[in-house]
Amino acid sequence: MNDKEIIARRVALELKRGSLVNLGIGLPTMVANYLPSDAGISFQSENGIIGMSALPDPALAGADLTDAGGSPIGALPGACAFDSAMSFALIRGGHLDVTVLGGLQVDEEGQLANWMVPGKMVPGMGGAMDLVSGAKRVIVAMTHTAKGAPKIIRKCTLPLTSVRRVDLVVTELAVIQPTDEGLVLLETAPGVTVDEVIAASEAKLLIPKAPGVMGIAA
Amino acid sequence: MSKVGTVAAAVERIPDGAVLMIGGFMGAGTPPLLIDELVRQGKKNLTVIANDTARPGVGIGKLIDAGLVKKVIASHIGTNPQTQKLMIAGELEVDLVPQGTLAERVRAGGSGLGGVLTPTGVGTTAAEGKQTVELNGVTYLVEEAIKADIALISARSADYSGNLRYSLTSRNFNPLMALAADLVIAEPGEIVPIGCIEPDAVVTPHVLVDVIVVKGAEK
Repeated sequence: MNDKEIIARRVALELKRGSLVNLGIGLPTMVANYLPSDAGISFQSENGIIGMSALPDPALAGADLTDAGGSPIGALPGACAFDSAMSFALIRGGHLDVTVLGGLQVDEEGQLANWMVPGKMVPGMGGAMDLVSGAKRVIVAMTHTAKGAPKIIRKCTLPLTSVRRVDLVVTELAVIQPTDEGLVLLETAPGVTVDEVIAASEAKLLIPKAPGVMGIAA
Repeated sequence: MSKVGTVAAAVERIPDGAVLMIGGFMGAGTPPLLIDELVRQGKKNLTVIANDTARPGVGIGKLIDAGLVKKVIASHIGTNPQTQKLMIAGELEVDLVPQGTLAERVRAGGSGLGGVLTPTGVGTTAAEGKQTVELNGVTYLVEEAIKADIALISARSADYSGNLRYSLTSRNFNPLMALAADLVIAEPGEIVPIGCIEPDAVVTPHVLVDVIVVKGAEK
């Protein structure tokens, strides 16, 4: 099982029946692969749909049914489509239960940077700033380090996506919850020690007496 | 007078230097014939307000490829390396706006509002140079309304009066932009008789649409 799969399978356990969820492009999109078909979760895509599904067959690809990356998708019975103002009213207005996004950095205050690297990568924030500002719960799904460098750091050095504190960070090594007191190490991945998580992080981690072992969705 | 005309005649009404709103999200819901005709007629120094610049060779990406654009106001350009290359080279001005904020700025522009108050972007680089307002203990950014000279709209169907209906995720910014420009040019996938789009299914009312183009329409 590779790192991204571990992360996606753990995030899948966070999604509750009846919730409306937005999955970012890339790793977060993989989360849907690890939910049972009767999980009772609705997926929203910011380009204007609730009820999206994976494309059931390549032959069914249509130019008018796409995800936020422009790739063809399917739609489940009961799906609905709407314009961009409605889409972001849902996101900003407290109607979106969970957003799962990738991350470049998360810091001790639980703030996220995930949209640009000045001078190197300036893709634009797309919907990320609205999602992090507005979703009821923000889950960051990211690898713990990038080319060996920690991504969980004392203070974000990259431009912030929002000043809002994210709710949960899931990596291939650990599950971390930002709180008023700091970053709490809730769980370690199977076979990973607390010391290994600490060594891979620059930020100070608060270690409970007995951190749990990360669950992995089937 | 009929609103229906050729793509070429509609695009001839767009001057060099025009400020365009163009519907679409990664090419879905971007009017394909109008884009190709802009390239064929070689319009210059365009300002494009749109969600994104798609990819090279796709939708608005074709305008970037052809070097017709001097400024882009968009939420995302990460999928188009050409846009990024021109931006870094200083040949293309790019103003990045959070997507929900862009939608509301366009909606406000077409709705007679001066702007909107949003919590999105507070405390980030998106807030630079902008006023903030505190209401009931929450800090908001003041985001100005935005308008364009011309909006290029893609729809699934138009009737001959200009009522529009859309299809799935091709709707996106189109209905908002149809409110916010002096001249609205719609490219529907089909034109149907008046009455075929029932009143409840009309998303963009006909009064907003000035020109309807279809492939091969000669009028």
